[in-house]
Amino acid sequence: MADPEEAQFFPPIPVTDSPSNNKFELVLRMQHIRKTFPGVVALDDVSFELRKGEVHVLLGENGAGKSTLMKILSGAYQKSEGKILIDDQEVDIRSPRDAQELGISIIYQELNLVPHLSATANIFLGREPVRYGGLLDRRAMNQEARQILGGLGIDVDVRSPVSDLSVAQQQMVEVAKAISLDSKILIMDEPTSALTEREIKELFSRIRKLKAAGVSIIYISHRMEELFEIGDRVTVLRDGKNVGSHELSEITTADLIRLMVNRELTNQFPKVRAPQGSEVLKVENLNRRGSLTNISFVLHRGEVLGIAGLLGSGRTELARALFGADNIDSGKIYFKGKLQQTRSPRSAINSGIGFLTEDRKKQGLVLVLSVRDNVCLPSVDKFSRYGIVKGDEENNAAGKYIKELRIKTPSLNQKVTYLSGGNQQKVVLSKWLCCQADVLIFDEPTRGIDVGSKAEIYELMNQLTASGVGVIMISSELPELLGMSDRILVMHQGRISGEFTSEEATQEKLLHCALGE
Amino acid sequence: MKTRYLLSVYGRQFGTLFGLIALSIILWILTPHFMTVSNLLNVAQQTAIVAIIAAGMTFVIITAGIDLSVGSVLAFSGVVMATLLLRGLPLGLALLAGVGTGLACGLINGLLISVGRLPPFIATLGMMSVARGAALVFTEGRPVSGFSDTFRQIAVGEVLRIPAPVVIMLAVYLVAHFVLTRTKLGRYTYAIGGNEEASILSGVNVRLYRTLVYGLCGGLSGLAAIILTARLNSAQPIAGIMYELDAIAAVVIGGTSLIGGEGTVFGTLIGALIMGVLRNGLTLLGVSSFVQQIVIGSVIIVAVLFDMAWKTNRK
Repeated sequence: MADPEEAQFFPPIPVTDSPSNNKFELVLRMQHIRKTFPGVVALDDVSFELRKGEVHVLLGENGAGKSTLMKILSGAYQKSEGKILIDDQEVDIRSPRDAQELGISIIYQELNLVPHLSATANIFLGREPVRYGGLLDRRAMNQEARQILGGLGIDVDVRSPVSDLSVAQQQMVEVAKAISLDSKILIMDEPTSALTEREIKELFSRIRKLKAAGVSIIYISHRMEELFEIGDRVTVLRDGKNVGSHELSEITTADLIRLMVNRELTNQFPKVRAPQGSEVLKVENLNRRGSLTNISFVLHRGEVLGIAGLLGSGRTELARALFGADNIDSGKIYFKGKLQQTRSPRSAINSGIGFLTEDRKKQGLVLVLSVRDNVCLPSVDKFSRYGIVKGDEENNAAGKYIKELRIKTPSLNQKVTYLSGGNQQKVVLSKWLCCQADVLIFDEPTRGIDVGSKAEIYELMNQLTASGVGVIMISSELPELLGMSDRILVMHQGRISGEFTSEEATQEKLLHCALGE
Repeated sequence: MKTRYLLSVYGRQFGTLFGLIALSIILWILTPHFMTVSNLLNVAQQTAIVAIIAAGMTFVIITAGIDLSVGSVLAFSGVVMATLLLRGLPLGLALLAGVGTGLACGLINGLLISVGRLPPFIATLGMMSVARGAALVFTEGRPVSGFSDTFRQIAVGEVLRIPAPVVIMLAVYLVAHFVLTRTKLGRYTYAIGGNEEASILSGVNVRLYRTLVYGLCGGLSGLAAIILTARLNSAQPIAGIMYELDAIAAVVIGGTSLIGGEGTVFGTLIGALIMGVLRNGLTLLGVSSFVQQIVIGSVIIVAVLFDMAWKTNRK
């Protein structure tokens, strides 16, 4: 906490500066870690210490640098600057294998198991004990696997494929793997996101056992309530910087949220309010098993409706349901006052809905096709008669959007794979402009694009609303939501947990709501 | 600038074309008879059948699929058409029935893949066996023969001294090129192979168009069956064995990626011609058909190695 201004803003938070704590044995010290990607500083002078046998929570918004830091520790990324010390010895972690040998294991949210192989085979994958110069020593492997899993209190047949196990059990197979690797440091990335209440309780009791055995755990989670239950200390990252490490017993949820979201106020959001027109989209009691519960809202012409929520809160699922990409179980969608009868992306497009997906490359673009072909893909009907495409009309249309949106490309025929992220996003936007959509759903519209292009995208949003288009903007970046929305809905576990006008919304309120508090 | 653009789009085809020309010159030096008009027309005629199938296969492979059933579908379409012809159906209708049988088999493939969600390899492997069996059952294993001279003109006739099969082949390629580059079907063929999910989310009816592509491939197998039957003056239930592999090889030599999303029909035509020229030249040189298989297999592998080197270079 070097910044005096910040210290002034947060007088109630006691700071524990670890070097003085001699009573704790430090297993890991990461010092002054810096990581840059081309054009981005992901981590800036981050220091992090882990004590023996503690559960240390790592907290921060999406993009704050948590996973980058953990990827450096587990060997997936290389640090640009800084030092890593394990048991006071400086180490050089160049690959996941190096990390493994140093006793560091990471358990990802999406587990890394080979589904068709048995628990035993997964635990020993890549380092199977052999006999007679090549035969797998199955008996020894099964025995050890049973022993470790038994120690964790998991009763499963170690020979059956892990795909037969529950998610919680699969997670324990990963833990067992870490134990068999003799790991001293265990990183758990959102371990409870797919677990039921009971499974979480069991997970926690096992984590406590591991702690007692001297294993140190770095725990990443967004669920505030559980942090206090399982964690000993917390380190908050914000914009690639460490903004403080604290004992969890000495800090409140409100403090943590303030630490996470505080940000300099800049005028990066050139919001222009458009006059609000008639209802263009109305959703009534939308339900989809497992992802959406009783969603109702309206969208007006000229309005930007922001949707906040954590990953997995149902934001993207809602967009896909509106667009007809996923089925719904019940509920009604009215578009310009007309009930939508058929449900498919085609009928959504025909009635004037456009969807800018969260993953441009996987869902938004056909990378091997040209700029023109991508721009015209949803509207090719408009440019064809008897199934024959009129090339010059297509060229004119695509050329028009390249000019209007200032897409930087050498020609219409350039494959979009060679364009930058910002220009690719503009191509996706052109697709929907070319369809003359009345409602545009932006899912993470500025993810992974540079600051300049971001501002251009916001400008385009202003132009769209000025021309009477209704915009739904889903985003993980709270400042973006606050800066660009007229109204914000917050989602939590598939429900709308709050609604705010842009005047009343604050980052704290949104985050509280998104966390379901 | 213009040259660079052309090179970036068609460079790969120029490479294949260069290979074809180089190969032809080498054969010309080794055996002067190779470069006579009659021999070249002969090569084109022999290539026509596989080339027509390969045109359809190009569409399928651009969607990131595969069709193993084309040889069997050819045999089945051939015997259906031949039988109807001998039972007195007018020529035009019989020809339509031949193409229609192929089309129907292809559409079934397409439905199994897009609606039944079977992997293309499995669906068409099944069809390969079913269509072959159907051809054998339909004819009780015997060839069907004894056609009118009019029908035989399809194989032996000439247009401006060019053999009719070659004319049909060229027509197929012109139309196929047009469809692939200028129509919705063509555009969607690339889009589906390039990114299926993005296509669905852009409102493309992926099921429909994928089914149509397999239908097209089957229909062209039916067309090839007509030419083969006319040439042999007999429809054989065991015709077309291994044609699927020749067709796939022509597509791959022609630079279409098995991953989908990219490829041209003219590349495929050149690929088919390379194989035809190679077979013809080796035969003229007196190389045994056993050795020919080794040479052709090696050429396929070398061509794809070159292709991969070309693509890596451009990244």
